[in-house]
Amino acid sequence: MLKFSKAAGVGPEVLGAEAALNAMDEAQVSIKDIQALYAGSAFSGGIAQRLQKMIGQTGIPSASVSNACATGATAFREAMFNILAGDSEITLAVGCEVMPRGLLGGAADNGVSAEGLIGSASMPAVFAESGQEHAAKYGTTFAQFAKVSVKNHHHSTFNPKAIYQKETPLEEVMGAEMIAYPNTKLMCSVNVDGAAAAVVMSEREAKRRGLMNRAVKVRASALASDAFQRRNPTMWDVNTATRMAADWAYEKAGLGPDDVDLVELHDCFATAELLHYENLRLCGPGEAGRMIDTGETAIGGRIPVNLSGGLLSKGHPIAATGIANLYELSCHLRGVAGVRQVPGARIGLAHVVGLGTVSAVHILEKAN
Amino acid sequence: MTEATAAERRTVLPCIKIDERGQAYVEARRCSACEAVVTSQPVACPSCGARNTLRPFRASERGVLHSYSIVFRSFPGVETPFISAIVDLDDGVTLKGVVRGVEPKPEAIKFGMPLRMAFDDALGRRDREGRSYVSYFFEPA
Ligand SMILES: [Zn+2]
Repeated sequence: MLKFSKAAGVGPEVLGAEAALNAMDEAQVSIKDIQALYAGSAFSGGIAQRLQKMIGQTGIPSASVSNACATGATAFREAMFNILAGDSEITLAVGCEVMPRGLLGGAADNGVSAEGLIGSASMPAVFAESGQEHAAKYGTTFAQFAKVSVKNHHHSTFNPKAIYQKETPLEEVMGAEMIAYPNTKLMCSVNVDGAAAAVVMSEREAKRRGLMNRAVKVRASALASDAFQRRNPTMWDVNTATRMAADWAYEKAGLGPDDVDLVELHDCFATAELLHYENLRLCGPGEAGRMIDTGETAIGGRIPVNLSGGLLSKGHPIAATGIANLYELSCHLRGVAGVRQVPGARIGLAHVVGLGTVSAVHILEKAN
Repeated sequence: MTEATAAERRTVLPCIKIDERGQAYVEARRCSACEAVVTSQPVACPSCGARNTLRPFRASERGVLHSYSIVFRSFPGVETPFISAIVDLDDGVTLKGVVRGVEPKPEAIKFGMPLRMAFDDALGRRDREGRSYVSYFFEPA
């Protein structure tokens, strides 16, 4: 994974190439060992083949993936399934993004813009409405949502790969420019460019190459799309798909939320993180506010969430995010996460959710 | 409301229709197999997959506030702040819209507050041909 930053005039394939080479070096393989490539970009087409022109055109099967904020996670899954299907032993998954600047989102246009008429289609507003649904049901407060940003910014001070390493006290978060109540500017993910890559290998191949001491096992991979809900898509539903993906992942892994040592979840906005505590079953319905108040999800807590700094402070280059959170889990499972290391971490859970809606959950395990 | 005839009047969303008397309304569809309600025009029911079961109906103009955000930063040219709201109508339809006639402050907005729909000119917006549009707005009931 590259440190997330604002790329100066380079294409996503340049960032993806650097991440891919780093991942291959770490796994001690070359492009000649890679038997299939899945590369993701949400904003650039044909990314897999553009990437191959940067790192080696070996003629292997390659495909470009675009799946909203689940793009990177989907590329990773496909790289894994290619091996499980018996077609290969070693594959490469890459997520890379150079982002459009400014406010993301935008309403459909039936002749004149519907923005400010049919509510707001901006992402901060859409996720504010999701958070306010929780507030209506459970009394969740502006301050509780803001504490998510305080926590994730704090975590990022321990992560040199985050774009920011800066503490943001509660008053600063709540007093920042209001974008879409209750999301202030410091409660919105950071628009940055970046890339992350993973070399995926069959267990047999990893053993043959003597890599088991550093290997991380994919215990479960689940992808769910938005099952019909009465308000969706008038009100985008990030909850149902997340719950389905999480439940399938736990079932496939034969594990439960209590077995998980750390979580990287999709905090695209501070309002979203609290919803996902419940969606990922880290607590019961209505208990997310308590989780953030008591520090259960902070570093050193019962179940640390977004130790990387999350999308709020590490940054959110859409297609890179899904692999970057697997990278964060892998650092902990290998015991190389430095100051933010979860002691003795064995199981990690990574989650992404993109509007449309699609959600991916991966459960990773220390291999040896 | 504009002077234009019904045939000439345009609406901000495809589900906002103008009837033969020139009155605007929202058209929704209910599935006769599973009772799901949509404001889109799917080929088959997105809830149960049944075909030819979606029956159009004229949506209620009354409902309650389900959720909201107060939008301070929007896209260029859009006046802020405004209340972006998710409104559950009495008949199972959910619409997104703007609440007017309520101060854009959290203290002034109550979850579950009753709202009614009003149709009006789309804030003076014109398309490239200079034509006006009709939208719905929510107001306290
Ligand atoms: Zn149906």
